[in-house]
Amino acid sequence: MADAKVIPFDDDRSRGGAVQRPSRRRSAGSRRKSGESALVREVQPLPGRSFAQDDVPVTREEEPTPAKPQDDDGGGLERRIASGLAFLRRRLTGDYDVDDFGYDEELTDQVLMSLLRPVYENYFRVEVKGVENIPSEGGALIVANHSGTLPLDGLMMQVAVHDHHPAGRHLRLLAADLVFVLPVVNELARKLGHTLACAEDAERLLGQGELVGVMPEGFKGIGKPFGERYKLQRFGRGGFVSTALRKGTPIIPCSIVGAEEIYPMIGNAKTLARLLGFPYFPLTPTFPWLGPLGAIPLPTKWTIQFGEPIPTDGYPPEAAEDPMLMFNLTDQVREQIQHTLYKLLVQRRSVFF
Amino acid sequence: MGKVVLVTGVARPLGGRFVRRIQRDPQVDRVIAVDAVPPEHHLGGADFIQADIRQPTIARVLAESGADTVVHMDVTGTALGSGSRTTVKETNVIGTMQLLGACQKSPTVKRLVVKSSTNVYGSAPRDPAVFTETTPPKSLPSGGFAKDAVEVEGYVRGFARRRPDVAVCVLRFANILGPSADTPLASYFSLPVLPTVFGYDPRLQFVHEDDVIEVLRIASHEPERGTLNSGTFNIAGDGVLLLSQCSRRLGRPTVPLLLPAVTWAGSLVRTLGMSDFSPEQIRLLTHGRVVSTDQMRETLGFKPKYTTAETFAEFARGRGPGLLPPEALAGAVDRIAALPVLGGGHLPTQSAN
Repeated sequence: MADAKVIPFDDDRSRGGAVQRPSRRRSAGSRRKSGESALVREVQPLPGRSFAQDDVPVTREEEPTPAKPQDDDGGGLERRIASGLAFLRRRLTGDYDVDDFGYDEELTDQVLMSLLRPVYENYFRVEVKGVENIPSEGGALIVANHSGTLPLDGLMMQVAVHDHHPAGRHLRLLAADLVFVLPVVNELARKLGHTLACAEDAERLLGQGELVGVMPEGFKGIGKPFGERYKLQRFGRGGFVSTALRKGTPIIPCSIVGAEEIYPMIGNAKTLARLLGFPYFPLTPTFPWLGPLGAIPLPTKWTIQFGEPIPTDGYPPEAAEDPMLMFNLTDQVREQIQHTLYKLLVQRRSVFF
Repeated sequence: MGKVVLVTGVARPLGGRFVRRIQRDPQVDRVIAVDAVPPEHHLGGADFIQADIRQPTIARVLAESGADTVVHMDVTGTALGSGSRTTVKETNVIGTMQLLGACQKSPTVKRLVVKSSTNVYGSAPRDPAVFTETTPPKSLPSGGFAKDAVEVEGYVRGFARRRPDVAVCVLRFANILGPSADTPLASYFSLPVLPTVFGYDPRLQFVHEDDVIEVLRIASHEPERGTLNSGTFNIAGDGVLLLSQCSRRLGRPTVPLLLPAVTWAGSLVRTLGMSDFSPEQIRLLTHGRVVSTDQMRETLGFKPKYTTAETFAEFARGRGPGLLPPEALAGAVDRIAALPVLGGGHLPTQSAN
């Protein structure tokens, strides 16, 4: 990463503060902490803070809807219990809706996200930048780098979009077929709104105006050895570009820093992987030597940066069939993610702070 | 000049209902009802002809009646009365071949409607979440009714090629439920305790009997202006229910079993001849299946009266309460909510669900 040093520090750092959305955060402690860290590292924190202030009304508007526990005063507690019981009643009687993909919005918002949020806020202390690059409505395809042995980066990206986007958008991730083969995992993935990474599903979701997240590196990215961290792998066959082209939806490159170090994969037990039917079996300094204890990810500090959208609606309909254009666009997206990764790495003070 | 409609499979409740319904249509002159066994229900003013469609006699019946519309409803998963699986398969496959042969010889036949099933898509974790009429199945069903349906559709396609002057309509029905429906899934939902596959929550779609009759009617008449009723169409109610939702709405507790155990138990039950719980049913209850109904709406011009949830509610009403009626559970939760003293102790319950 020596060549990364030449990349200049640049302007989109000022947006970092915008991302800290105090109104959505539940614990004041973490808010203050992240605010401080933003202050320390930001050269000009003021625009960022004012940006956050702008956003407050947007979140306030949508707060009363779900039974999101917000405040801890007496009336709030009563309301929380009441809404909790109403939720329990709906769940027990099966009186809730799922969409065609099995996405259970209520369960995701009220339970699964609350389970992921502590990991997101307190363990990995994710810092989100450029969330305003995600459109508030209409389909968009978020393309991100993939790393970390276990696909925690996808889940964290989902929490990032869910908690920080002013319009409260839900990210629909495209997952590998292995996810849908495994028991329990497939059930949770479907309920979280994930679906199989195939052109049909992606097109259907984009056609419904959903925000779709894809990690085109796939197993090559997530299962790469520690020595190759932050080096983007080949982007599949560029299927995501032709899908976006067909639907005319913008592509939003997303760079995730920090996920590479959660499980430093120093070896790969290929025979064992083949036996179990997995694409790789990671050996890390702690796993499997320490047993389940070794499966605890390292508490790295994460940054998720959403980049400038790349529009695709200016192309003629037959562009999706043009391999050259597809490769060019794929490369453009890949370059942008790689570039941003290097930039974020240069800005990063330490892996853990 | 009125139409002469020949209907096969009238000894089943659904076939009988369709025969009674289509006679009331003004453009229909005469209805010829065919089955190998005399029906227990009345058929209105239809002429019942006892003929086995596996025998060449069906050709004579068709020639003598001069039918111009043939509605083939004798493609079913379960035997009528005490028939074995071999009989069912023969009726499905050989019967269809004989009937199509007869149709090919008949100069009067102008329209053929075939009742198929969405079983033809199979059910696999590597399939897209939503099947359209053109989605190729990833794993072709290896046996049972699903394979029959695939073969029947193959013969029907061959027939359509040889007789391009005949309008052929293949209707792929999702799971049919209703007061009188007697499908494997209906008998599954009648079990006091529902065995499920651990770690999987399949997405299911249902179609109401009334809608089945209605769409068969639309398909057997001249198309309305602006619609087209030849081709292949998925027929399903709107929306999706998860198996867990179904069991909660029915009030029947579930027993999650490991997939190998379920497969083994299924084959044991089949060997003992207690029920025809076929492997494809187990696959459906593992991975689920959802089909797209855009073609049905836009091309066929049919809007189902019942959504999936309404169909299921109707079915649940007809079945009587289960061991854990949803009303009782809701009442219990309401009683907790009505307690004068409420501690914060209920909150963990909320997140546990």
